[in-house]
Amino acid sequence: MQLAKEVKYLIHKEVLLEWRSKYTINGVLLYVISTIFTCYLSFVSLGDKLTWNALFWIIMLFASINGVSKSFLQETKGQQLYSYVLASPAAVLISKTVYNMLLMLVLTTIALGFYTLVFDSFTPPDLLLYYVAVVLGSISFSTVFTMVSAIASKAGNGGMLMAILSFPIIIPVLILLIKLAKNAVDGLPWENSYDEITMLLVVNVLVVATSLLLFPYLWRD
Amino acid sequence: MNKTWWKILGSVLVIYTAIAGLLLGVPHLPILNETIRNLYFHVPMWFAMIVLFSISVFYSVKSLSTKSEIDDIKAVESVNAGIIFGILGLITGAIWAKFTWGQFWSFDPKQNFAAISILLYFAYLILRNAIDEEQKRAKISAIYNIFAFPMMVVLLFVLPRLKDSLHPGNGGNPGFNSYDLDSRMRMVFYPACLGWILIGYWVYTIRFRIRTIENKQQHN
Repeated sequence: MQLAKEVKYLIHKEVLLEWRSKYTINGVLLYVISTIFTCYLSFVSLGDKLTWNALFWIIMLFASINGVSKSFLQETKGQQLYSYVLASPAAVLISKTVYNMLLMLVLTTIALGFYTLVFDSFTPPDLLLYYVAVVLGSISFSTVFTMVSAIASKAGNGGMLMAILSFPIIIPVLILLIKLAKNAVDGLPWENSYDEITMLLVVNVLVVATSLLLFPYLWRD
Repeated sequence: MNKTWWKILGSVLVIYTAIAGLLLGVPHLPILNETIRNLYFHVPMWFAMIVLFSISVFYSVKSLSTKSEIDDIKAVESVNAGIIFGILGLITGAIWAKFTWGQFWSFDPKQNFAAISILLYFAYLILRNAIDEEQKRAKISAIYNIFAFPMMVVLLFVLPRLKDSLHPGNGGNPGFNSYDLDSRMRMVFYPACLGWILIGYWVYTIRFRIRTIENKQQHN
């Protein structure tokens, strides 16, 4: 009960801070939109839907690395100490993860909307399944990157370390996501995608469980 | 494991597989032909790698609770030894692929995922280089190692099963066990696995001892 209260309070704090500055959400949103636009201008002759699908996920990958890595890397030593005194490590991790999920969900939804707007021919026939892939993608990106950004921030060596550490871990997830999204683009029936959906959920449970076990050791300096 | 019997056993087994693997009879199969002998050298590399990485995770878990420097060195040295076997596994696999599938890199899921899991451990080593303070380095790298291990298991054992692979036992290809790993090959294959695992463990213990001596010299 105590944990739920702490988590709720911390999420509220994160959202409030973000709402005041609106830096991360607007920054990453602009990043995504300019990247999509750059891709559109440079690959305009490509007609293959599957290439567009892969491109979408690669854009999402980089956007979420930038968005989620803020969660721990941006905080000062004082802020970390403050939440260390205030809340249990599990509450800190859960609140950051949930907040990042919300952030990524908003971001990817807008990005998908913009993507289908710019690439008119891309619009997947099974938009609902594609959206399921997008939601699962936001969840997996935020669970993995939150923990990796905590590790990178404790190592005290920002951006590059974050990318190196997270790529090998995210690749299996990314492959599953591209496969799932490809099913939606091809308009296959849902039965063909249950394997990928289950695998993604299993991977997420695995990541969250190991993060919850390990984070207390990382958090205590 | 300070005794010498397992070192002798490992060496004898590896020498035996090198000789017997090249001389004993093998089933004659289309496409594979004589390259099937590579089974004795390619597959044991992965077994040795998995064993060494498991040892590393074990010591990472231990070092989180004991905070001892010895456990940290054990964890990193078993990763170092495991990476050697991983690279050897990739090379033997690539050569085998050239003669059976046509290209060194055939874009086979198992090949790709094995390469990615090696990247994972390179990232672990780079993370270690990024941190100067010894205790902090031990703690953070242990956490990353434990965090990455389940992902490596997913990469190597779960994902390839979902995709079509050229490897035996995947995507409709029959596994080796079903018809071609006959009793003659088992006589060499199982000793080869055991032998290479023991040699891998030996490499790890030697590296560990070198590192401890170096550390002692630095402290004096």
